Order: sequence, then structure tokens, then C-alpha cells
Amino acid sequence: MARITLERLRYSYLADPAADADWALRRIDVEWADGGAYALLGPSGCGKTTLLNIVSGLLRPTRGRVLFDAADVTGLDPADRHVAQVFQFPVIYDTMTVYGNLAFPLRNRGMAADAVDARVREVAAMLDLDGKLARRASRLGADDKQKISLGRGLVRSDVNVIMFDEPLTVIDPQMKWVLRSKLKEIHRQSGITMIYVTHDQTEALTFADTVVVMYEGAVVQIGTPVELFEKPKHTFVGHFIGSPGMNVLPCGIDAGGVIFDGERIPLDVSTGRAAQEAASLELGVRPEFVRFSDDGFAVEIAKVDDLGRHRIVDLRRGGHVIRMLAGEDDAIPSENPRIRFDPAYTRVYRDGWMMAGESGR
Amino acid sequence: MIGKTTNQRAWLLVAPVVALVAFNALIPMMTVVNYSFQETFGDNVFFFEGFKWYQQVLTSERFHASFGRQLVFTGVILAIEIPLGVAIALAMPRSGPWASVCLVLMALPLLIPWNVVGAMWNIFALPDIGLLGRAVNGMGIAYNFTQDPVSAWVTTVAMDVWHWTSLVVLLAYAGLCAIPDAYYQAAKIDGAGAWAVFRHIELPKMKRVLTIAILLRFMDSFMIYTEPFVLTGGGPGNTTTFLSIDLVKAALGQFDLGPAAAMSLIYFLIVLLVCYVFFTVVMRDEEK
Repeated sequence: MARITLERLRYSYLADPAADADWALRRIDVEWADGGAYALLGPSGCGKTTLLNIVSGLLRPTRGRVLFDAADVTGLDPADRHVAQVFQFPVIYDTMTVYGNLAFPLRNRGMAADAVDARVREVAAMLDLDGKLARRASRLGADDKQKISLGRGLVRSDVNVIMFDEPLTVIDPQMKWVLRSKLKEIHRQSGITMIYVTHDQTEALTFADTVVVMYEGAVVQIGTPVELFEKPKHTFVGHFIGSPGMNVLPCGIDAGGVIFDGERIPLDVSTGRAAQEAASLELGVRPEFVRFSDDGFAVEIAKVDDLGRHRIVDLRRGGHVIRMLAGEDDAIPSENPRIRFDPAYTRVYRDGWMMAGESGR
Repeated sequence: MIGKTTNQRAWLLVAPVVALVAFNALIPMMTVVNYSFQETFGDNVFFFEGFKWYQQVLTSERFHASFGRQLVFTGVILAIEIPLGVAIALAMPRSGPWASVCLVLMALPLLIPWNVVGAMWNIFALPDIGLLGRAVNGMGIAYNFTQDPVSAWVTTVAMDVWHWTSLVVLLAYAGLCAIPDAYYQAAKIDGAGAWAVFRHIELPKMKRVLTIAILLRFMDSFMIYTEPFVLTGGGPGNTTTFLSIDLVKAALGQFDLGPAAAMSLIYFLIVLLVCYVFFTVVMRDEEK
């Protein structure tokens, strides 16, 4: 058990990286508290797996340090770090039974046979594998195989962290949520820190207390699911999380608020330097916080998609598309529709990043 | 079945294959079967002899001796080539420029015609002018493969190992390259040592390719002819006369067509039986 700190971490797969694009991880500073459930969320190729492999010790960072509590483990091998990792595709030892698979990490560490037996049975019970201990592991389904992979981490009592690299990729949809709730249950029971890598926002948001969003080799935001939803720090987070993603519209700014396509939207924004500099300014508002309102500005309705419990309305204004989420019973005006953005959930972004000092609530 | 039609013209489409197989396999083989039950003194005069030739071959000292030599030879080269091939494959780099260099080097012996391999080793091992022969004799070891049975055997085995270990290497290497990285990473995290990685990951994952390697090497070595024929001609005496060399001696040297035909069918059945049993055992284990 340990707190995990990544300090000024950089990583490149190239021998001597020069340009920004050469770095798989540009600069990472993260601290993971002991016993937390974290998700590492980001699109494919953003460096999630690289980061995970650095924590487990399969890769050495090009720069920076990895700390477990106060100890610097940057130079240690995976076996000496006491970490466990579950991979995208189940890794099982074909020649062994389920029991043999679970006992393998303990036997490798020279544990006495009766201690191994007790531990294996305890973990098998936790994972509902107790009836299958004598079976050949290679004969089981993908979900049981993934449980075995996880079990090989759980049997070791000295594990600091269990990492999951998109572990549900090969699992049938109906088994996915069974396994996911099993994971949550095991997290509660064991209190082991878990880091869960995924590009699926549903998986990330349901599993984790804290989500780390990565984009192009950097962490763009760390927060609870609610924070990511309500206050995306970067337009990427706004796009990536939520379905449909956040509306991002070019805007201007002045003392009275934000100006979008000639319409002033009253917001308490600090104009300061931002307004004078020729930076790109955008406003971001989630489809959930766009409402029809007579005191708003005029739009045209381009398209309505009925998804059952809600409808997605595509609105058009000056060549921009604004998406809006309307409930089942919300009336959609047929003439002269006007909308407004909820000021509590409308953000202003400068060069992609949320502007500081801008009002939220 | 709905819409199923019977159309005899389909036979026309398979006719070329039937003809091809008939001419290159069935007809020659039936000729041999034909010979094996008859006696001929030429002039196309045949006498039916029943199982006489089979009995004669199966009870003959000569067949037992060459069959025994064949078994020992195949056993020895399998015992050397399979572990050696796996060891070399494990030592080869998996990526980078050296991987290609190693692969090319490994493929070279396989590209050399069999009789050339025999001729190469013949000259290489000659005790008076060959590099190997001179060197070994220079070290004070009496070595002469044309006169000494032990020397002849060592040379024949060394030649086969040199020629064919590469095949095992390439197959094993392909098997190793197909193992996903995650297995090695998981093993590292599980604290597995090099032996455990080999025993529980690499060896089981190579099982299929090694089965193929063993089958190919068994069949090829069991039917080996050209190389020992060029190297030793089956001698000194009969000490390196393996089954196929013996067969050719009987059929073309002595022109005993009946016994030779019976012998070749027995020979064929042995190879078929061993391959079948081996394959079934391995695959049944796989099913379990």
C-alpha cells in the first residue's frame, strides 16, 4: 500500500527525442492517494498505456521520477515494486490449472505451500472461482481468464497497486458490467489502489472516484466525474466526456460578458489581458445546459434526433451548429425558436484552456 | 435441402486433379504394390508370390540392421536438432537489423541442394585434404570417415545437424515471435524467472510449431538418402546404410524388384504409422 507520485515524468520511445511530437508523454505530474479508485481516460494513442507501464516498471521513464510513498522506485524492476497489472487480453499460463495460475506469483516468491493454499482459496472465493480451481485455465471463457489475471495480483498481500489496461475489451457486453461491479466490490473489500485505463468514458466514470483525462501525452484534467462534466478544464475534456460532447463556439469578450455571433451573453468574465491579446477565445456549453427561452437569441432548428428518453436538437446560428439536449416532454417551438445558455455552466476557453477567474457559480 | 441440384458435370471439374493424382501418386504406387506380390525374371513375365516378399523382408537380418540404424540415426538427430534449434531461436534477437541478418544466416543451409551438402561435407571432412579432417587429425584424434564407422556416423550426424537445425530454428523463432508482449510483462510482474518463463510461456506457445518441426524432421531424416549417399555411400561396409540407401541397393543394385517393392511399402507404412500416432497423441493432449 502506498501513495504513488509521478514527478516531472517524460517518456519517449525514441533514442534522442527533440521535437514535441517525439514524446509519448510530454510532462506528467500526478499524485495517486493510497486506496483510491482512479481511471486513466483518453483516446487511443494518448499515452495511457505508456504511463501505466512506467508505473508498473515495465518501462523506465526518460526523465522524472516515480515515487511509492517517499521511496524512489524509478530504477526498480516490476517484481520488486509489488504491483499487479491486468492486460487488455487475458494472460494465463496454459499449462497450469486455475489453482496453479493463482499460486504462480506466490510460488515464484518462495512462499510455503500451506500459506499459498490458504491465500489461493481466499482469493478464488473472492472472485467466484472456487468451483473451477482444478480446471485447466486455458479451457475457461474470457471473463474467467481475466478474473485469473486479476487474481494473480490479488493473491500477493504486498501489492501496492493493481493496474488495469482496458481489461474489458474482449469481454461480452453482458459480462462487462458484472465484472465491473465485481471490480468495485473487490476495491472496497481490499482497499488496494486501483488504476483503470480505458478509452470508454462510461467505464471510467462508473469505476473511478477520480478520473485522470489524458490527451496527446499530457494530463489535461484530474477530477471527479461531476467536475469533469460541469467544469471541463480543456475543450478536449468537454468534447470527450459527455454524449453528445460540449458545444465549443468561437466568441469574443467584453466587460459585459461573452459575445457570440453578435449576441451578448451576460457572464461575469475578467476581461483583463485575455481580451486584448489575439488569443483564440471559445465558449463552451454542454447540450444539457442549452434551453429554449424567449429572452434568448434566435436560432434555426436543423434536425431533431429522438433517442427515446431525450432528444438531440441540432440548432443553427450563423454557420455554427449548437447541440441541445431536450427532455421527452420539453416542447420544441415551431416558430422563431430562441435559446439561452445557462450562465452557471457556460465556460470561456482561451487557446483551449478554461480561463481562470471566470465565474462558475 | 432446398435448391440442391445434382449435376454430373461436376466430375468434369475435378477431372484434372484426379488425373494428376492418378499419374503422380496412385499409378506409381499401385505398380509398386503389384511388384511386391510377384516375381519377375524380365520379359514381362510375372509369377504371383503372395506375401512371400513381405515375409522375407520382415525376417531378414539385413532389413533389421538398416531399420535399426535408421531408428538410431533419426533418434540422434532429433535429440540434437530440436533442443539446439529451440536454444538458437531463443538466443536470436526478436527485432532490429540483427534479426534479419540472423534469419538470412539461418536460412542459408536450407537453400543448398542436398547432394551439394553431401559433396561439401565429403571434401570438408577428408582426412588428408579437408579442413575439418586435417584439423581433427591434427588434434591427435584418429578420424577417417571413409574407413572408420564412428567417424562416418559422427560426420553424417554433424552434416544433418548443420543442414537441418535451421528449419527447427525458423519454426521455433516464428512460434516465439507470435507470443504477445503481455505474457512476458505479466511473467515479470509475477516474479517468474527465466526458466519459468520458458517452461510456462515459451514452450507451451511453441508446442504447435515444434510438433510440426518434429514431424518434418522425423519424416525427412527417416527417408534420408542423398547426403549420406554422396558422403559415405552407405559405408564403410554397411555402417551408414540407412533404409532408403538399402532400398535402392536392393532395387537398382541387385534388381530384386519384388523384395524391394515389399520393402518400400513396409517403409512407407512405418513412416505413416509413426506420424499418425505422434500427431494423434499431440493433438489429443491439445484437446484436453
